[in-house]
Amino acid sequence: MNEQPLALLPELLLAAGATLGLLLGLFLPRGRQWLVQVLAAGACVAALVAAIAAAGTTEVVYGGSYAIDVGLATGRIVVLLATLLVLGISAATVRAHARETEYYVLVLLAALGTIVLAGASDLMLLFAAYLLASVPLYALAGFAKDASGTEASLKYYLLGAYLGVLMLVGVTVLYGVGRATAYGELAPNLAAAPGGAVAVGVVALLAGLLFKIGGVPGHFWVPDVTEGSSVPVAAFVTTVPKVGGLIALYRLAAEVLPAAAFDWRALLAVLAAASMTLGNLAAFFQESVRRLLAYSTISQVGYVLLAAVVADRAELATRSLLFYTGAYALTNLGAFAVVAALPQARTLADYAGLARARPLLAVALVVCLLGLVGTPPTAVFFGKLGVFAAAVDGGYAWLAVLAVVNTVASLFYYLRWIARAVGEGPGRHEGGGWAAATAYGIAGATLLLGVGSGLALDLLSSGTLIR
Amino acid sequence: MLTAIVFLPAVAALVLASLPQLSDPVLRRAWVAVCAVDLALVAGIWIADDGGGGLAWEEQVRWIPSVGASYHLGVDGISLPLVALTATLFLACAVYSLRETTRTRAYVSLFLGLQAVCLGLFVALDLILFFLFFDLSIVGMYFVIAGWGHEDRRRAALTFFLYTFVGSLALLLGFIGLYLAADPHTFDIVELTRQNPLAGRGLYGGLTLLAIGLGFAVKTPTVPFHTWLPPAHTEAPAAGSAILAGVLLKMGTYGFVRIAMPILPEAWRRYALVLVVVGVVSVLYGALVALAQQSFKRLIAYTSVNHMGYVILAVGAAGTVAGSDVDARRLAVTGAVTQMVSHGLITGALFLLAGALYERGGTYDLDEYGGLAARAPVFAGLTAVAAFASLGLPGFSGFVAEFQIFTGSLGPRPIATALAVVGILLTAALFLWALQRLLLGEPRGKARGFGDLTGPETASVVPLLLLSVAIGILPRFLLGTIEPASRVLVDLVAR
Repeated sequence: MNEQPLALLPELLLAAGATLGLLLGLFLPRGRQWLVQVLAAGACVAALVAAIAAAGTTEVVYGGSYAIDVGLATGRIVVLLATLLVLGISAATVRAHARETEYYVLVLLAALGTIVLAGASDLMLLFAAYLLASVPLYALAGFAKDASGTEASLKYYLLGAYLGVLMLVGVTVLYGVGRATAYGELAPNLAAAPGGAVAVGVVALLAGLLFKIGGVPGHFWVPDVTEGSSVPVAAFVTTVPKVGGLIALYRLAAEVLPAAAFDWRALLAVLAAASMTLGNLAAFFQESVRRLLAYSTISQVGYVLLAAVVADRAELATRSLLFYTGAYALTNLGAFAVVAALPQARTLADYAGLARARPLLAVALVVCLLGLVGTPPTAVFFGKLGVFAAAVDGGYAWLAVLAVVNTVASLFYYLRWIARAVGEGPGRHEGGGWAAATAYGIAGATLLLGVGSGLALDLLSSGTLIR
Repeated sequence: MLTAIVFLPAVAALVLASLPQLSDPVLRRAWVAVCAVDLALVAGIWIADDGGGGLAWEEQVRWIPSVGASYHLGVDGISLPLVALTATLFLACAVYSLRETTRTRAYVSLFLGLQAVCLGLFVALDLILFFLFFDLSIVGMYFVIAGWGHEDRRRAALTFFLYTFVGSLALLLGFIGLYLAADPHTFDIVELTRQNPLAGRGLYGGLTLLAIGLGFAVKTPTVPFHTWLPPAHTEAPAAGSAILAGVLLKMGTYGFVRIAMPILPEAWRRYALVLVVVGVVSVLYGALVALAQQSFKRLIAYTSVNHMGYVILAVGAAGTVAGSDVDARRLAVTGAVTQMVSHGLITGALFLLAGALYERGGTYDLDEYGGLAARAPVFAGLTAVAAFASLGLPGFSGFVAEFQIFTGSLGPRPIATALAVVGILLTAALFLWALQRLLLGEPRGKARGFGDLTGPETASVVPLLLLSVAIGILPRFLLGTIEPASRVLVDLVAR
């Protein structure tokens, strides 16, 4: 059965951090609750060290329910790093807040849920992880208790609950026709199961995962939550859950879905096409920077899904998806860090003259936005290159062409923002601190990750996915 | 050595950008010094060149082995003249900008960065590296236009970025096509050339060539993908226009001879006629539209479409293997490369002169001026020389280039070449007419109070024209470098 708890050390460290944080918060006066932030950061760093130490292992633990492989290793490292960066962005927003402790504990729990999502190799665990990765975020979305936050939280919750139930239906149907929930047994059984039933089950199961990654048609919450909640929360919900959700979805496509039973590739291809196209079209004339970024994250998910479409037939797919996911998380957080560093600036017009007033911040913004476009040598370019090549290789050249057309379209709205920032005019440029420092660091890191992508891709291609 | 040439300007840009205590004049002089050193390094490479036609100064470092991309640089007789042209034009722009610039620190850093990118593109021997520099050149030029352009700069910069970005992504698809066709998968240009991966795969090869051709056609630009060019040139600052026309347009034509022709010879031969037609249409359309322009700068911009059309005609003719003489095709390729260098020098000079015109009169409208010859003899003289050089007068580099193109293309494509010769007549007419309106007659309109060229302006334009004359009178030093490489290329296309 292979049940050594040490295999789950990073997850256990996060859970311990969350529990200890909650207890510590009970006894600390409000002025000293920042200690919980230190504890949370410490838990993330410790888990990160454990995750890196365990990165080479490939095994299935706990009765075939949890796959420790390159997918989980990437998920762990990316989620933990992203969580650390979000903690950096959050400092100014929640310092000395009445519920500061709760904020950090919820962030840690959501990160934990996301990691389990990435490693889940069993339908039941997948659903449990879905809940753990979702419920803390409903609370975080409405954390400020203001009107927009409450609305965001409610929408997020309702959609999440509805699609979660659908996901549960999917789990039930797949269990019914596959006679197992662990992927290792499920996969061969599904290959022999009736195609129609498998299709129904998979579609329902995808509903929950699409909600997590904010892909069409589970994307309706993204713009509202991104605009309604505070910037650090928006950064977290548009970045971290996607990492786990995408790896979980890819794991299903690569390891579980039978090649013959029904054409799930066409389904995923349509979903990918819809995500990138609708996300881009909606972002076109957005004046609010947060809504713009929200729609941009929807389109980015569409590009990553390209790799899932050809998961079982292109050799490049796995490492490209994992690399793209990490590169996207980093770059998206960079853009949100700039937004967090300028709390007064809510519309594109507020960014006018940024290059003159805050040249470094403007450079960071330009690097991150061009990174999201996929301009070399930023990291996302190499991710895009990989998924495009995988799509063409897997026989989905039309999808790659559509992705290219969408990339050009996306350039339009990113450039509107860049043009404002480098142009003249009075803007609102007050703010900075930790968020600005995080933005500089991330902008540099996206370039480094791009130039060093050879090393990262080598590491990713040395491992395989298992079930 | 190539790494030093490419990254010297980039490092200088970072250093200058991070030293806030430097004053603007010091920054501008440092810029000139960096460009001069870079040009000296390029000259050193040129002198050491053995003229063998193969790749020299190769450097290769592992970069992304899991996708078959490496950091691979090298020069041959086709890229070396363009590297030299790039270094020369950037030096000219640095000298030109000695007079006055706004936001000097950002301007200097941006141009130095752009120089590194342009040099890198011409020495890159890996498709990913090539694409990286290709994209960054678009980003750099976007910021030049958006930051220092004229009134309508934002729209022009956006059009430029979107248009050429479409081209670059088409290019990326084509590169992916090449990568997947090669066995083992690789992005290395030398390796792909050796493998000739799409031999015997008609449709695949055709589609890949279509994607790559589209990408380079937008950049060159050829009709009908040229519509981004006039607004970008009209709104760009003078030095930006000179670089855009002199260096960035060459990236398109260089891509044809470096990537499309040697890696896809079969598809190239099959679709050579398309190239020839596009080339001739560009020649005629560019010249006719230029004839109708009121704005001096738009006029020069459209003559660029015309001049690049000759290059496309020549590379198309070089793909017409059946029933043509190998010497003719070599001549066409040599002419095409010479034309790239020649156009860079002459049009660079013309755009700098147009910038001087705008500086004084505040407009590019030809009818606002008149009789400048009396007011500003140096300006008038240099403009006249540049215009004559551009229309292909013997004694200038343009004549050497166009003569070779026509002689080389006449055998393979007689009708197209005959049509293209009409383009020469049109350019001659339009330049003479423009000179007449601008320079001759009584001083009127904005010509009153028109000051002659300043020292830096003269010092930036004169060397470019001198080089054009040098190539026109003593072409051997350039042709001797190009010919061995064009011989190799023609053999690669014919295989």
